Amino acid sequence: MRSITQSTFPVDSGSVTVLSGTSSDSHTWNLVFLQLLLEEAGHRVVNLGPCVPDRLFVEECRTRTPRLVVVSSVNGHGYGDGLRMIRALRDAPGTGRVPVVIGGKLGVGGTLEDERAEDLLAAGYDAVFADGDTDAFTVYLSGPVVRAAS
Amino acid sequence: MNSPSAPVSFGAFVSASRDRGRLVVQPRMGFGDPERMRTGLAATRAARAATVGTITLDSYTRVGDHAAARRAIAAGGAALNGYPIVARPARETLDVLAGVRGHRFPVQVRHGSAGPQDIFRALLEVGLTATEGGPVSYCLPYGRTPLSVSVANWRESTEILAAHSGTEPEPHLETFGGCMLGQLCPPGMLVAISLLEGLFFVRHGVRSVSLSYAQQTSPEQDREAVRALRRLAGEFLAGADWHVVLYTYMGLYPRTPEGARSVLRQAARTCVSAGAERLIVKTEAEAHRIPTIGENVRALETAARAAEAEPPGTGGDPDSETYAEARALVEGVLEHSDDVGDALLRAFAHGHLDIPFCLHPDNAGRVRSYIDDAGYLRWADTGALPLPPVARRADPGAVTSANLLSTLSYMERRHDSRVRG
Ligand code: B12
Repeated sequence: MRSITQSTFPVDSGSVTVLSGTSSDSHTWNLVFLQLLLEEAGHRVVNLGPCVPDRLFVEECRTRTPRLVVVSSVNGHGYGDGLRMIRALRDAPGTGRVPVVIGGKLGVGGTLEDERAEDLLAAGYDAVFADGDTDAFTVYLSGPVVRAAS
Repeated sequence: MNSPSAPVSFGAFVSASRDRGRLVVQPRMGFGDPERMRTGLAATRAARAATVGTITLDSYTRVGDHAAARRAIAAGGAALNGYPIVARPARETLDVLAGVRGHRFPVQVRHGSAGPQDIFRALLEVGLTATEGGPVSYCLPYGRTPLSVSVANWRESTEILAAHSGTEPEPHLETFGGCMLGQLCPPGMLVAISLLEGLFFVRHGVRSVSLSYAQQTSPEQDREAVRALRRLAGEFLAGADWHVVLYTYMGLYPRTPEGARSVLRQAARTCVSAGAERLIVKTEAEAHRIPTIGENVRALETAARAAEAEPPGTGGDPDSETYAEARALVEGVLEHSDDVGDALLRAFAHGHLDIPFCLHPDNAGRVRSYIDDAGYLRWADTGALPLPPVARRADPGAVTSANLLSTLSYMERRHDSRVRG
């Protein structure tokens, strides 16, 4: 996908952060916004764009050995798509135990119910962010999980 | 002659409403559960307004992943963000429509697919003939399908629909080109793409079309855009049945109920004053989640009342900046080829059409836009567009997450703050 941003921030020259939409979600403003936010926090971002098939997602995570993987979805299918993606990634050989987080409007009711967020964590996500949780995400980015991975 | 309950043609229904001075209002409604879909259509029909019905499809069907749609149906269907018309058997969709569609209530299928052949076959199978989209507008904002593939798919799909031209209900196709990514695209570009997609449909045999334009940040500029679209349609689509449809704001939406209604009422007024025949509404839930049936009905009625209170505009469709810009873009595209699909492909490859903030690899990505002090959406950089370069503005500076969100929130701020005081 094309990058619309020309980051002026000093970014980490080491490993990249993979940013991805889900297989059924075509929204991109969320991805543009998150790419900027990540770059501002010093991440070098590979933005896979919208409608990313599970296979492509896993392949990119395997070959790029990212320090962090960020999944974003707002179309209401994020819960189901997100579960499928993390299972595929955690089952794939050679992807290690890379930290993976997901966020956005993950259900058709907007924000996800707590039990469903628990399901995502149980399936292998390291954190789940609700719509509007960008401050918590910024805190997470400066926290131990992401720093240890870099 | 039509029997009393024979489904009415979409275009004919809209022109009859226009003749009676009534704005047609329409929801963006779609549910995974057939019973709820049916109840939603019936409630739309019963609303106190001149309404047409909508079946909005879910995202799995849009990307052609019917296996995922079937799995979601097996789990009850409630987690789908729309109605899976391909994965459901035709008889179930016929039950959804039975006794609801008819001579006073046409139903349109709304999707978002760069390869809608299956969708078009499924809707024709249940006797529906009105739908929407376009080779550009259902490609660049809707995923990663190459533009050339989308154009080929849309040629085929348009012809599948057009094979039924001349039979009742007359096939109708609406362009989505007046929306694109929903926000921050200057109106001249939206008008041009909408017109070109309409021309594509007509050249491939569709006789009844509508041209869309989505409400942006300035009511004055929006009126100009609707009139520009009308004038261009008169010039380029002679012989076809056409009307203009306005979409209530398609970008980041106000979060408060009053802010949401304020944007909706403004859209209804724009329709009446600028001469758009149909309005697609948005609800108070827009910023948060998929709306309920009740929220949709309230939005339809709010829009209808606002339209009734607005005096119809006069003065025809005059020259304007938006008209001149759209016309230059359309002519620039049509110079590339007599075939509209090929012309669109070449225009995008050369950056003669270019959409701000679009990540798709087939978009040149050389243009930039901004909202000026009066609320007009303008070009900050016209890239390779066949338009005069913009007067040098002060350097807009780098895009940051904070200033992007602030620009995207322009309408939210304006309309919500009226409530928050
Ligand atoms: C613009 C828009 C579109 C454009 C998108 C163009 C594009 N290429 O991006 C168009 C018109 C094409 C579109 C299409 C559709 N859309 Co839409 N769209 C919107 C709209 C109006 C604005 C979105 C936006 O620009 N946001 C700006 C960005 C910056 O913010 P954001 O996406 O909201 O994300 C924020 C947070 O969620 C968070 N976030 C997001 N991801 C992540 C990830 C992490 C890790 C973290 C920490 C945070 C985070 O950060 C952002 C900033 O706060 C919203 C409603 C709204 N919000 O007003 C609906 C909305 C998102 N769309 C919706 C839907 C359903 C669709 C469609 C399926 C059509 C339909 N059935 O109505 C199709 C998508 C088809 C598909 N295959 O997926 C629904 C989703 C419902 C739900 N989740 O319950 C919404 C909420 C509208 C509604 N109420 O029905 N859409």
